[in-house]
Amino acid sequence: MTSTAMPTAEQHGFRPHSDGPFVPVQTRSERFRSVNVDDFEPVNGREHEWKYSPVAVFADLTSGELDGSRIEIESADVAGVDISWIGRDDARIGRAGIPEERAAANAWSSFGEALLVTVSGEDEKTAVVSRHGLGRAPRAAHTVIEAAPNSRGLVVLRGTGDARLSENVEIVVGEGASLTVVSLQEWNDDAVHLASHFARLGRDSFLKHIVVSLGGKVVRVNPSTHLAEQGSDVEALGLYFADAGQHLEQQVFVHHDAPHTRSRVTYKGALQGEGARTVWIGDVLIGNSAVGTDSYEQNRNLVLTDGTRADSVPNLEIETGDIEGAGHASATGRFDDEQLFYLMARGIPEGEARRLVVRGFLTEIIQKIGSPELEERLNAALEAELQGS
Amino acid sequence: MSVLEIKNLHVNVETDQGTREILRGVDLVINEGEIHAVMGPNGSGKSTLAYTIAGHPKYTVVEGEILLDGENVLDMTVDERARAGLFLAMQYPVEIPGVTVTNFLRTAKTAIDGTAPSVRTWVKDVRQSMSNLRMDSNFAERNVNEGFSGGEKKRNEILQLELLKPRFAVLDETDSGLDVDALKIVSEGVNRAMENTGLGILLITHYTRILRYIHPDFVHVFVAGRIAEQGGPELADRLEEEGYDRYLEPVAK
Ligand SMILES: Nc1ncnc2c1ncn2[C@@H]1O[C@H](COP(=O)(O)OP(=O)(O)OP(=O)(O)O)[C@@H](O)[C@H]1O
Ligand SMILES: [Mg+2]
Repeated sequence: MTSTAMPTAEQHGFRPHSDGPFVPVQTRSERFRSVNVDDFEPVNGREHEWKYSPVAVFADLTSGELDGSRIEIESADVAGVDISWIGRDDARIGRAGIPEERAAANAWSSFGEALLVTVSGEDEKTAVVSRHGLGRAPRAAHTVIEAAPNSRGLVVLRGTGDARLSENVEIVVGEGASLTVVSLQEWNDDAVHLASHFARLGRDSFLKHIVVSLGGKVVRVNPSTHLAEQGSDVEALGLYFADAGQHLEQQVFVHHDAPHTRSRVTYKGALQGEGARTVWIGDVLIGNSAVGTDSYEQNRNLVLTDGTRADSVPNLEIETGDIEGAGHASATGRFDDEQLFYLMARGIPEGEARRLVVRGFLTEIIQKIGSPELEERLNAALEAELQGS
Repeated sequence: MSVLEIKNLHVNVETDQGTREILRGVDLVINEGEIHAVMGPNGSGKSTLAYTIAGHPKYTVVEGEILLDGENVLDMTVDERARAGLFLAMQYPVEIPGVTVTNFLRTAKTAIDGTAPSVRTWVKDVRQSMSNLRMDSNFAERNVNEGFSGGEKKRNEILQLELLKPRFAVLDETDSGLDVDALKIVSEGVNRAMENTGLGILLITHYTRILRYIHPDFVHVFVAGRIAEQGGPELADRLEEEGYDRYLEPVAK
């Protein structure tokens, strides 16, 4: 499932991958997990969860000592959103999921206090938690985002400036709640950020989870969603733009573990410049209790220049025959020169025409966010990314 | 008065089987306000001529010139040509996902005029042109050509022709795939553009039916990469009756 950019048959539009059926290595839910770093072997880069990543660049995060003190955050007061620090032994920690790999376990073993963000109340609200300038020393963080039953809200975790961070983010969505979580990576060029998100969805709840990775040398955000109760629903969206030398990775896991659950996973990325590298792995597991599951996942990559590499690996495991639908799509395509010609033939200069096409490609994700302010902000961030090109 | 001159144009295309010569010495002069129809069999090179005028990178000019008011068009990039006043209505317009017609038109208009159009008159102009072409107003918010039917794509090309106001337009089989009503609507659009801006037109077509609505001053028969004969509108009728057989060398058939 690897596609390396070549200016050949895929010149026009997207080329579907066609490597046959996907055979998972092992049932995803049976992977080893632990909160203790010492329970994991040292990372050598050949493990299935690390084999696409430049592990040597962040050995300090997988095996070194991490500073687990409070990270610097900024946030405005928002009615219905409480933000506080809680001790590592607090019972509200560890409810959504636990690490499956060593960097996450190292963060879990190292953090001192966790940031707790609780959303309550039925009116829509937005809270932005900014993490700016976390320095260049390796650090650990832990965040718990909890949406009370029937509450609604949007929480943005935004990262800018320097960082060498390994973190876990737990997302607990109460019964009937509707929560949007956006993880926005706009780090400096040499930042490294490894994150595992664990979401647990209660009965009839809805989570929109959005990963936007634009800045950072290595950014790996792996969201897992446990559709643990009947009628829960996740929309997982991702947008990434890798420039020269950037590695942007996301391993998305959705576990359908109750009847009538629904998932939609849509990740789109653009790659530009020598060594621009992206990885998307989409695992969907439909457990035997998950009758009536409705699931679809897709990843699309737009390759703008030579010298890039996009890996795109969908995996679908189905343990019950009684589902409504399950599908996946994955495609990596070259920038379409015919589109460029069409726009330029209308007087639009090349640079601007390219930006229009790329923006058009990625805008589908931005339009799904459902928050005008955030959409505007993301458009601006994307614009900056495109201008830099 | 503006003039578009094509002189002894030879054009190659690179194919998997190697270089192929497609245009083999085309001469054509189009003055502002004139309509030139170009007719010819499939594969004779009509679209190649159209793309070469617009500057498509796949086609290499190996000999000859294209001049717009004496200026060398071949030295210009694709967008420079458009800004100099050339327009190509494409045989197969491409889809641009995620870019709305509104955004696209405004961006193109701004590029061509060098300044953004005044908001009020622009919105009105776009609406008016769309309604003239019987395009539902919801097309404005749709992505360029995405999911458009063949006929809708052609209307969208003429919409651009009307709004961007070029000096010369090449219409590559704009009539193909249109039903009678759509053919009329599109032809009216072209005629309106003629009246408003007096542009010169190179109309590529296989059928004389569009010539009932758009009246050519000249008809050129295009065969095997060059113009085999030219004449007035009556030549089109003769072509319709007799076909191209008498222009084709025996080997070519
Ligand atoms: N990009 C290309 N690659 C390979 N061959 C090409 C290319 N473009 C044109 N040709 C060839 O050049 C010849 C002329 O093609 P062109 O499209 O100009 O013909 P046309 O007169 O417009 O035909 P039609 O009436 O079918 O539209 C054809 O044989 C075609 O296969
Ligand atoms: Mg043609």
